[in-house]
Amino acid sequence: MSAPARLGVTPTQTVGPFFAPGLLRDVWNVLATDQTVGERIRIEGRVLDGEGNAVPDALLEIWQANAAGRFNHPRDTRDLPLDPTFGGFGRSGSDTDGVYWFETIKPGPVPFGGSGDDGEVMQAPHISVVVHARGMLNHAQTRLYFADEAANDTDPVLALVPADRRATLLAQRVEAGERAGGSVVYRFDIVLQGRGETVFFNI
Amino acid sequence: MTTLTTTIGQIVRGDRDVFPPYLYAAYQSTRLRAPTLPLVELPLSLSELTGPGPVISRMTPEDADMTRNSGTGGEAIGQRIIVTGRVLDELGRPIPNTLLEIWQANASGRYVHRNDQWPGPLDQNFLGIGRCLTDANGVYRFLTIRPGLYPWKNHRNAWRPAHIHFSLFGRSLVSRLVTQMYFPDDPMFALDPIFHGVPTDGARQRMVATYDHDVTEEAWALGYRWDIVLHGPEATPFDERWPAPLEDGL
Repeated sequence: MSAPARLGVTPTQTVGPFFAPGLLRDVWNVLATDQTVGERIRIEGRVLDGEGNAVPDALLEIWQANAAGRFNHPRDTRDLPLDPTFGGFGRSGSDTDGVYWFETIKPGPVPFGGSGDDGEVMQAPHISVVVHARGMLNHAQTRLYFADEAANDTDPVLALVPADRRATLLAQRVEAGERAGGSVVYRFDIVLQGRGETVFFNI
Repeated sequence: MTTLTTTIGQIVRGDRDVFPPYLYAAYQSTRLRAPTLPLVELPLSLSELTGPGPVISRMTPEDADMTRNSGTGGEAIGQRIIVTGRVLDELGRPIPNTLLEIWQANASGRYVHRNDQWPGPLDQNFLGIGRCLTDANGVYRFLTIRPGLYPWKNHRNAWRPAHIHFSLFGRSLVSRLVTQMYFPDDPMFALDPIFHGVPTDGARQRMVATYDHDVTEEAWALGYRWDIVLHGPEATPFDERWPAPLEDGL
């Protein structure tokens, strides 16, 4: 039997400068409720361009597992609890200072393969981050890891990243500000270009 | 057709024959926003093979009629059009129950956005935002008005071809797509560096809708058909620990 014919994929185009009414009409950057299981965290940071200037029209999207390490997706059939109060998807625009933020919970570890078998290589807790902006003809894909997480040392994806660039993927735990309402704050800047350029992935 | 002369970067996410490079200097805003270091190849794991697509469905049926969803009770001014098509994976299988979010300028080429201040008139009856879910056959359908062309500041006398922005998630993070749908025979195609950021003519043409008289409704609206094909892990070999795509298309 011959392989099925493949269709040509639809190309990407920039999200442009006018996406907010369409894509940010709902509040998307508060992922956790009071009932959500897990350590509540606030993630905040800035999006910066190649001259260190704020990118005021970026759109960031995050996707993560719940506190037990379970994704709310039919493909994740492992015997781990789903949290009915937690979807795992978030979206934030950046403001005139390039600042974005999310209120969520720290995800649990997830497997590198997916079998869920004993002995499976595990990934350190991380959040997938998709970066869209005017001036980006294709989105960029990165990951947020937690700088104070011991499991980073054995994470199979961080191991693929040149050692001198790994720090760009590590969100730093900082003192909780008043705005955070007592949650732990992790700071994660995204540098699109130049000094300290964030590691982006090809998927 | 005019060929744009430009510096084209080597950093590309995904298929180089399909997806634009991050740096396409004729589109000036790419110059300081394009990553310059090599992308790290990411072996797909549950983190990427899952995604928000199957669980996102915030919408109401009225969201798909952009001629009447402004909340004023009035109807948008402009050429009424139907935009419909199928959302497919690379193997041609429909992707049912998946969210499309779209946004566009009004008939005069003006967006409802504080940063769009060119003197095209606003229409109080048109917000330019819509969303819908595909049906069991992967079919989506919007009723809207044909967007106008609008000027931008990229180069002298620059005008964007008429377009509608589309955002789709599909089944996984791998299939995330933000793109623009264009209309046939737009005079600005040859001059638009965003359109030409896509590297091949074959791929560019996949962003152009087709006029379809079978979609057109008599004495009501003109019909355009545009199918969308999402990239996914289905058609590319990946870690053999992963099973074949699920039978229900997930």
